[in-house]
Amino acid sequence: MSDGLTLFNVLTFILASGISLSAPYLYPAIGEVFVERSGIFNLGIDGIMLLGAFASYYMVLQTESIPLGILSAILCGMLLGALMALFTVTLGGSQGIAGIGILMLGSGIANLFFKVRLGEYVFISGPKPLSIPLLSELPFFGKVFFQHNALVYGAFLLLPVSWYIINKTPIGLSLRAVGENPEAADSLGINVARIRYLALLVGGALAGLGGAYLSLVMVKSFQEGMTNGIGFIALALVYFGGWRLQGVLAGAFLFSLVNSAQVWMQLLDVNIPSDLAVMLPYLLTIIVLTLPLIRGHKPSALGEPFKREEH
Amino acid sequence: MPGIVQMPDKKLVGINVDRLKASGGKIKSSAALLIAIVGAFVAGSIVLLIIGQNPLIAYKELILGIVGTSYSRADTLVKATPLLIVAIAIIISFRSDMINIGGPGQMIIGAGFTTFVVLQLNYLPSVVLITLGLLAGLVAGAIWGGIAGFLHARFEVNEILSTTMLNYVAIQIMNYLLRGPMIDPVQIEQGTRIAQSPPIPVESYLPRLMPPTRLHGGLIIALVITVLAYFFLWRTTIGFRMRAVGAGKRACKFAGINVAVYSALALTISGALCGLAGAIEILGVHHRMMDGIEGGYGFSGIVVALFADLNPFGAIVSSVLFGGLLVGANAMQRAVQIPSTMVEMLNGFVLLFVLARSVLVGRKKIPTSEVTLEET
Repeated sequence: MSDGLTLFNVLTFILASGISLSAPYLYPAIGEVFVERSGIFNLGIDGIMLLGAFASYYMVLQTESIPLGILSAILCGMLLGALMALFTVTLGGSQGIAGIGILMLGSGIANLFFKVRLGEYVFISGPKPLSIPLLSELPFFGKVFFQHNALVYGAFLLLPVSWYIINKTPIGLSLRAVGENPEAADSLGINVARIRYLALLVGGALAGLGGAYLSLVMVKSFQEGMTNGIGFIALALVYFGGWRLQGVLAGAFLFSLVNSAQVWMQLLDVNIPSDLAVMLPYLLTIIVLTLPLIRGHKPSALGEPFKREEH
Repeated sequence: MPGIVQMPDKKLVGINVDRLKASGGKIKSSAALLIAIVGAFVAGSIVLLIIGQNPLIAYKELILGIVGTSYSRADTLVKATPLLIVAIAIIISFRSDMINIGGPGQMIIGAGFTTFVVLQLNYLPSVVLITLGLLAGLVAGAIWGGIAGFLHARFEVNEILSTTMLNYVAIQIMNYLLRGPMIDPVQIEQGTRIAQSPPIPVESYLPRLMPPTRLHGGLIIALVITVLAYFFLWRTTIGFRMRAVGAGKRACKFAGINVAVYSALALTISGALCGLAGAIEILGVHHRMMDGIEGGYGFSGIVVALFADLNPFGAIVSSVLFGGLLVGANAMQRAVQIPSTMVEMLNGFVLLFVLARSVLVGRKKIPTSEVTLEET
């Protein structure tokens, strides 16, 4: 901070880091919007994120290729997503219980793999920030919006793309139909199982990607249990956001701003114990869930298994 | 038993009342359970091979560790004790269709408050001190679970999300207390600053059942809780209503049962029992508050409960089984350096296989298995 601690600089920094800190919430939460709009509740996100975090970190350690790391996180996420689909869609089992199983499996495998293969923290050099030419030169806005790494831009690009897919394409229509009324969707010839599989694969991939962001960009290493419940917060954001992407964006931004403000308070020696400051996002989650600010329409078939009846 | 079960059952449209009245369902044939265990081990061995470990060696050490010495057999029961109590807590909440993921936080808060109480009141006679210590855990856990219950009843906050968040809040509160106000003064004098409380007074220790092993009186408490939970759920009006709420909320609303109150009650009782498990870990095993006191029981208890088909008596058997798994895993870690965290992965597989089994033998959802959809 060569510019000194002016209020303007602090504000710039909080906003800029707020933008980049929202990515680990955005990826899994956008994925979960797809999943829940199809009528499935994926409680296992946090475990998928941890496995994604480990897979990408381990791959980057081995190959020093960031794209390969990201790819392996996506693949691991899709694998667990497919497993979730197998138990909830094909077998029609309880989504809550399958989700807890996926949660334990994801974090169990990640922690075990880490302890067996590495056991110590080695730091990696994460992806470099990608300054957008010209725009990044702008005063204030340049620093806040246009000096992040590719994964941050990716998260914000994903929002309009997902919005378009869900609201404007035939497959999005099928997705919403399946989440609202699977029987009716089925009678219209929509393959309910296929749509839900697809949604869980997308949700798993994005949760894995969110995990990769944690290990590759934020921490540049892997620690056991490093997700610290971000997957659950992402799940809460989907409720908070009323199952709509605009709401999810608002929620993610709120959280990342609180996080970056909290980091700043600690850097500035504001006198609060750091353990209690770390508690803020969790308390905030509980508080926002009590607020009826953005009560969207909950997918009617959320949580209900669908058994196709043969006629 | 006249006078005990008074229920508005005639109005419970859509719920098969006879099945609700019937006792907790038979424990599924042990053969089917064996398949779930074997399946988990087979799936786990694939992961072990990918990681580059020999699953045969791992499992051999695991099993040797369980059956090994009389000490390890007693230790299995030491680990089964909190598992059983948490599993009973989970059974009560899941039967009421409340998914309580908050076991870890409720245990931590219970353990912390128990430690605080017995340290403060160390001048009291042993029996009083132990009783107050156990009560402290019970009350603190009930409050922690009750918060989620209140939020669910008053603001319709999803209990899965609130209990998870309360876990992290509990962990941070303890991190703060154990590094500040509650830290053992000896740790500060010696400059080691290990995050742990002073040792609790010897008078507050739960009596040992089989010295020199660590087996302690908590096991008896756990068994009593199991019997009480069975009577509560299947022989009292409140228990019946809680299970009815778990079986079908809409039908209960029509019958005039206050669904919100019974849901909140389920989370409160569930939290109280998890808090008690935390208290017993303090008074029976660790004798001081420290990091990691929860020991993964909060989540393992869910596996134990579901493995037992949400049947309290079945949970006795399955808690011993999973207690053994923990003891065996520790032995395996000492013998062949395969980390005991493997249990977490195995638990995940077990849960999925148990789920597959319950689906394949024709049950759709575990908590609501007693619902039959009738045309109304």
